[in-house]
Amino acid sequence: MRRGSFLEHVAWTGAGIAYALGAGGLLTGRAVAAGANDSVEFVQISDSHIGFHQPANPDVAQTLQMAVDAINAMPAPPAFVVHTGDITHLSTPQQFDDARAILSQLRAPLIALPGEHDVVGNDFKPYLSNFRIPHSTTGGWASWDNNGVHYVVLLNVFNFEKMGLLGGEQLAWLAQDLHSVTPATPVVVFTHVPLYALYPQWGWTTEDGTKALALLQRFQNVTILNGHIHQIVTHQEGNIRFASADATAYPQPKPGAAPKPGPVTLPHTDLLRAIGYRRVEIADGDIRLEDRTLAT
Amino acid sequence: MLTPPVLASSPAAPAVHIKDDAFTPRALTISVGETITFTNDDDDAHTVTATDGSFDSKGLDTNGVWRHTFTKPGTYAYFCQLHPFMKGTIVVKAVSS
Repeated sequence: MRRGSFLEHVAWTGAGIAYALGAGGLLTGRAVAAGANDSVEFVQISDSHIGFHQPANPDVAQTLQMAVDAINAMPAPPAFVVHTGDITHLSTPQQFDDARAILSQLRAPLIALPGEHDVVGNDFKPYLSNFRIPHSTTGGWASWDNNGVHYVVLLNVFNFEKMGLLGGEQLAWLAQDLHSVTPATPVVVFTHVPLYALYPQWGWTTEDGTKALALLQRFQNVTILNGHIHQIVTHQEGNIRFASADATAYPQPKPGAAPKPGPVTLPHTDLLRAIGYRRVEIADGDIRLEDRTLAT
Repeated sequence: MLTPPVLASSPAAPAVHIKDDAFTPRALTISVGETITFTNDDDDAHTVTATDGSFDSKGLDTNGVWRHTFTKPGTYAYFCQLHPFMKGTIVVKAVSS
């Protein structure tokens, strides 16, 4: 059982090697500050693939740096920045070091989810040595409340053969976690792999995602933000809105538009129009997404 | 200039190439004790991971090469951890004495 080793690593890293966000402390501080004007803004970035050196993007560190600089240049710093996975290309300590050197420049707390590229070879140590999700359970998934919004982090990259998969333990936790949340509470969920069957032929789905969606069905306003597919795709099922984000590294083809989902190579100026970051503004329960490219 | 002689009688070394999100050949039969060379000719990273956990190349970047010697007869299904829709099979035959 592969996730078992993740549990072990969480246990020994529990003392907190973490950097930058100091678990709940900073977030709590933000929550208090944000309460003053009743609106919250955060940023999503995804799929940085630090260590990738191919024609689709010969300098993924530079484009991640551009995203970080753009976020830091926003008029007001966001409450937090969430990275929805594939921080690195092959999970090496060097790649995590390089990623952390850039991401630690963010002038906001960082919540960084692992993607399958961050746990290659079933080795969680490099990820956990560099990043930690605040409020996380022993399984790694997490939830917290901030300014009237319930946030949930679901991890669906730990069963390699059946990726994405949440697993029974995580689903049981989710049922328990949502139990005390009122239906009118806006819910924002972060995952790496899409929770619905976006394009199963390329693995762009979560096998037991429907079980999570069944638990989320009773809420009036659910937004699920993910990465993995390196492009913006939105989708609606009842009160649940899905929005996949652009990468900061390189685009992938539209579902089925190519024989395979591999990196798409574009001229540099077009590349900058195909990668970017996402502003998310929450005011009076209304959740607004604004995707921005790295093209200026 | 002398060139080393080519041993025409040496059998082709068993090899699997990874290209366009696929293992080629998808099924390969070898004899026990033989070594397969897996080469990533793709523009993306991949892994060669046994379904039963008996072998794992870990991350194989573009142009990466990984070799594995199969010491037990059997049929080994494998996949890519990063793209689980990529699947392959190695059949290892016992050597008759």
